[in-house]
Amino acid sequence: MKILVAIKRVPDAETTIKVNPEGTGIVNAGVKWVVNPFCEIAIEEALKIKETKGDVEVVLVTVGRSESQEQLRTGLAMGADRAILVTAENLDTTGVSRVLAKIVEKESPDVVFLGKQAIDDDSNEVGQMLAQRLGWAQACYISEFNMADDAKSAQVVREIDGGMRTDKVMLPAIITADLRLNEPRYASLPGIMKARKKPLEEIDGASLGVDLEPKIIIKSMAPPPARAAGRLVESVDELINALKNEAKVL
Amino acid sequence: MGNVLIFAEHAHGELPKATAIAVGAGKEAAQKLGGDTILAVLNNTIGGLAERAAKLGATKVVTVENPALEHNMADVTAAALGEVAKAVDAGLIVFAATTLGKEIAPRLAAALEAATASDVTGINDDGTFVRPMYAGSAFATVELKGDRKIISVRTTAFEPAAEDGSSPIEALSVDIPMPGNPAEFVSQAETKSDRPVLTEANRVVAGGRGLKNAENFTTVLEPLVDALGAAMGASRAAVDAGYVPNDLQVGQTGKVVAPALYIAVGISGAIQHLAGMKDSKVIVAINKDAEAPIFSVADYGLVADLFEAVPEMTGKIA
Repeated sequence: MKILVAIKRVPDAETTIKVNPEGTGIVNAGVKWVVNPFCEIAIEEALKIKETKGDVEVVLVTVGRSESQEQLRTGLAMGADRAILVTAENLDTTGVSRVLAKIVEKESPDVVFLGKQAIDDDSNEVGQMLAQRLGWAQACYISEFNMADDAKSAQVVREIDGGMRTDKVMLPAIITADLRLNEPRYASLPGIMKARKKPLEEIDGASLGVDLEPKIIIKSMAPPPARAAGRLVESVDELINALKNEAKVL
Repeated sequence: MGNVLIFAEHAHGELPKATAIAVGAGKEAAQKLGGDTILAVLNNTIGGLAERAAKLGATKVVTVENPALEHNMADVTAAALGEVAKAVDAGLIVFAATTLGKEIAPRLAAALEAATASDVTGINDDGTFVRPMYAGSAFATVELKGDRKIISVRTTAFEPAAEDGSSPIEALSVDIPMPGNPAEFVSQAETKSDRPVLTEANRVVAGGRGLKNAENFTTVLEPLVDALGAAMGASRAAVDAGYVPNDLQVGQTGKVVAPALYIAVGISGAIQHLAGMKDSKVIVAINKDAEAPIFSVADYGLVADLFEAVPEMTGKIA
């Protein structure tokens, strides 16, 4: 069995993001780059299946600048078997989904895991787009993944507004991971050593013969509107009084 | 551009507030960019849904009734909407940025090769859209290329359409191009609660890691939640720690809320949390750490031990 996990390099969640003075993008200086947290969860789920089912190859793929190798190495150090870097810049979710569809055609995985959302552009789109391009079922925002013994289908629990629902998808399918699916492991030192020797294939995005022209163009970027400064209150009484008589919300 | 097609999300035969908000955003788009507003109701049985949708005052309500549309499956619903979009000459398709809207919109975008933007917070006169990125640390003005565009709109950023209209209703007969291996619904477990829906509530009381465990959510926080008739929310840290279910999560990767009153209890205020509540009208922070970032967005901050302050507040309000 083969599991493909698509991941993304993003600024660390702890990094303070600032819009640059020109309003064209963010300030990249001082940004620490990591594997998108939901992608880590996707990798972990693939590794768990590998551990329980045996005979499973876990292949990572990312689309981005050559620096994304670092994030692929992190995933390899966690335990994935090999990685594919498709080099391309300034793709939007449409472009990424087209590239990934090509890689899926090439690799013919039994299931594809992605994070539900990248914490940089916060789009929450690539998995759904990829599913449509492949004509596959999608299961988004999952917190539980149970593959049938014959590996032909999976039952998933999905986090939806107001609760959870269980769906069944025939494999291959596109699965996007939500927060509670698992607790991703840290790469061990031996894992990191081994990862250096694992295969990492580089493919030029332009060579895939897909349209990479973005459909969504960022014209400008601005910092969020600032909130007016508030004040500290000394006691619960003062707080209740302020909410009643100043803010008039009680 | 063509018309503005709006997806009518529904559950249990009712239209949630999110649908009225999507219609509100759709009307704003039509006013600025032209076209009629067409509200699409899709289900296995339409029943009273069409009449309820008609009250939202779109130019027209269209319905598609098909057994395959039961259970809001993203693949089949996207396939059906693609046909509706062509039938009504949709130039812009609007979804509420709910979990369902965000499941379907990108899939439909790929099917129609349409440009798409999620979580839109503003519609500009020149046809560009505004959307947050990086947990709300940046707001991008984006242009969507091509003749057909798809957006999901953040429900806190637009006003709901009033329920005083009466749109004409038209049943569309649509051949749904069925996906090869459609996903199947198995079961649904809805969170049962007598409290208001988190994303629709006028007041929200949210707890964080400072509550220390699940039991304290019940014994310390919930009495205040109920005394205020509020919805309960939580930070990702509290969800991560297993104190409360994920559907209470407020923040970048959870729900986005903007109630009249938001009380953050024992929440430090990471940017990811602020992304989900910063637009609340009045924000109160109760935290024993005076340096906590939550105080930077709070209208009223109380530096105190929550285990003393919250019960005291509950007692004085009840």
